[in-house]
Amino acid sequence: MGRTTSARHTTTVQPSSGWVAMRFGELWDYRELFYFLTWRDIKVRYKQTALGAAWAVLQPVLTMIVFSVFFGKLAGIPSGDVPYPVFAFAALVPWTFFASAIALAGNSLVEQERILAKVYFPRLIVPTAAVLASLVDFGIAFVVLLGLMLVYGIVPSAALLVLPFLVLLAAATALAVGLWLSALNVKYRDIRYAIPFAVQLWLFISPVAYPSSLVPEPWDAVYGINPMAGVIDGFRWALLGAEPPGATLAISVLVTGGLLAGGLLYFRRMERSFADIV
Amino acid sequence: MTDVAVRAVRLGKLYRVGERQPYNTIRDVITASARARLRRLGRPSNGSAHDPSTEAKSMWALRDVSLELREGEALGIIGRNGSGKSTLLKILSRITEPTEGHAVISGRVGSLLEVGTGFHPELTGRENISLNGAILGMPRADIQRKFDEIVSFAGIERYIDTPVKRYSTGMHARLAFAVAAHLEPDILIVDEVLAVGDAEFQKRCMGKMGDAARSGRTVLFVSHNMAAIESLCSRTIWLEGGRCAADGTSSEVISRYLATCLSVLSDHVWPEPELAPGNDRVRIRRARVRPEQGEPEDQISVATPFVIEFEYWNMREGARLNLSLHVYNEHGVIVFNAIPTEELVWHGRPFPRGLFRDTCHVPANLLNEGVHRIELLVVADSCHVIHRMEDILVFEVRDIDDSRDGWYERRVGAVRPRLAWETEHLVAIDSTASGDA
Repeated sequence: MGRTTSARHTTTVQPSSGWVAMRFGELWDYRELFYFLTWRDIKVRYKQTALGAAWAVLQPVLTMIVFSVFFGKLAGIPSGDVPYPVFAFAALVPWTFFASAIALAGNSLVEQERILAKVYFPRLIVPTAAVLASLVDFGIAFVVLLGLMLVYGIVPSAALLVLPFLVLLAAATALAVGLWLSALNVKYRDIRYAIPFAVQLWLFISPVAYPSSLVPEPWDAVYGINPMAGVIDGFRWALLGAEPPGATLAISVLVTGGLLAGGLLYFRRMERSFADIV
Repeated sequence: MTDVAVRAVRLGKLYRVGERQPYNTIRDVITASARARLRRLGRPSNGSAHDPSTEAKSMWALRDVSLELREGEALGIIGRNGSGKSTLLKILSRITEPTEGHAVISGRVGSLLEVGTGFHPELTGRENISLNGAILGMPRADIQRKFDEIVSFAGIERYIDTPVKRYSTGMHARLAFAVAAHLEPDILIVDEVLAVGDAEFQKRCMGKMGDAARSGRTVLFVSHNMAAIESLCSRTIWLEGGRCAADGTSSEVISRYLATCLSVLSDHVWPEPELAPGNDRVRIRRARVRPEQGEPEDQISVATPFVIEFEYWNMREGARLNLSLHVYNEHGVIVFNAIPTEELVWHGRPFPRGLFRDTCHVPANLLNEGVHRIELLVVADSCHVIHRMEDILVFEVRDIDDSRDGWYERRVGAVRPRLAWETEHLVAIDSTASGDA
């Protein structure tokens, strides 16, 4: 047989005490599984639905149309120098990514419970793969956004260069929230029902339908505690040439960092008992 | 490096009963904490902080288990249900963490605990092979190299690009096993998965596992099938109540294990009638199971005629008594109910006070292998149950090699009769004329 005796690695199984070490190196050993789980989440998503990838476009586009009619036209919400449809769509693209990523990640562990009870691999892979899979939808919707900007003749400034960082921030925020939700979901099955509701509320406290400039002076920094406010303001700055979000963005980065660190610790701590609970 | 594949030192796993509950909801948590608070309000002066009712009950599923397994060794693990076999495998395959102790494992662990899990119904057979392989820890290059072998082992060539949701149960199980069987880990862990699939397939599975053991792979095999363990594993450990009760050569450990199954309840004597089970109408004096011939403690196999014997005191003059036996197999199925209708001397006649003995003769080739339990009912006037005893006797019917005919897995069914059977060759097919008939 082709097995080599030399490259055999040794594993030690023992009770972990207190806060668990992160074992990021182990994630690298399981990179193929990472790839396959992400690939599966993408594939299944497009296979199960009749419209497939069209959903990635339809969802933000239809929301944009509704927002444009009711908030842009009828309510007369200001959108700065850019037409309301582009203004809303530039926010809906990262928002839709965030909303679907936390829903997918939040339910990921519970949906994989049979595997969790029977095979070992770093559990962190499961919600992370869900977030990564949602990036595909984001990519498709982003192309539509670029098309829309072309139609309205909007040329982004040099601020466009921060966009990759903003995407990373959105993904990190989604992962942070996803880690908390997925781990809590194993213990408390209420979370499954709470997620859609939380997403809905979160939409209204994020500057998707309105500009964050509507928030009065002393509160705009506090507003950055919602990391999606920083992400969305950042998107409008990078793509549409809006005001740079400054303090809001800085606070969002800090909050996401804290949320992610806490989420990782909590997830690792809960990980030990996942197989015993599910 | 030494050639030790697994070294486990004093492994233990404590389960809190609460942890094993399927899940909580936030509401449960809130109501529980509110209740605890109310209770505290009820007796505020009480200084003791510990409320015994809120303290989680816990049990050791595994305790103090140490073992060392050399590379290439095949280890059988036996024990009753709940003795910790599966917990041990789960710890060694890292699914769950031990509460105490540690284990050092050198090499890649693959387990057949998970046959069929990780399949996604929407994906095709081809896609699921890649995915399942990755989940089970097979390197991608290995999956590609063994792809054709897996497909033909499962016998699903024609359906490889069909979503798995359209597969029959059998096809699904065959594909799942095929992937798992081609894992080729350094250490293979198997937990009685062989119940899946049809007969032909089971044979191939056992063959594959035998190959793994013989080709120098380290194997841990949990089963209730003693014949399979004895033929595949040279060494066996026996777990009892989460602890290691014996560790040695398979034949030795298995016969010790079976001996306890056998002797525990196969002969009961209550010499003093006042202390014997029963009531003012009947008292049991003795109950036992023994082979029809030979020593009473000889093991009973599927080919052994045996007797079930009861001695009892009839306490009332003129009672019309009869015994009724329910024989259960280990699945809790009543295999048969025996009543003495064929008994010619006393059946249906009034019994004087005194000691009686009933002997029920069970022919060979009736019961299947496995542990059987007997429930005794004492009936008066053919209609009133005046005394009933569950599990008055527990005995094991062993398998014997020659009746298995090369078949590893246990024969299914509650009974295992040897039946007269004829096969006749009725018409020969002419090989030249078979083109169109």
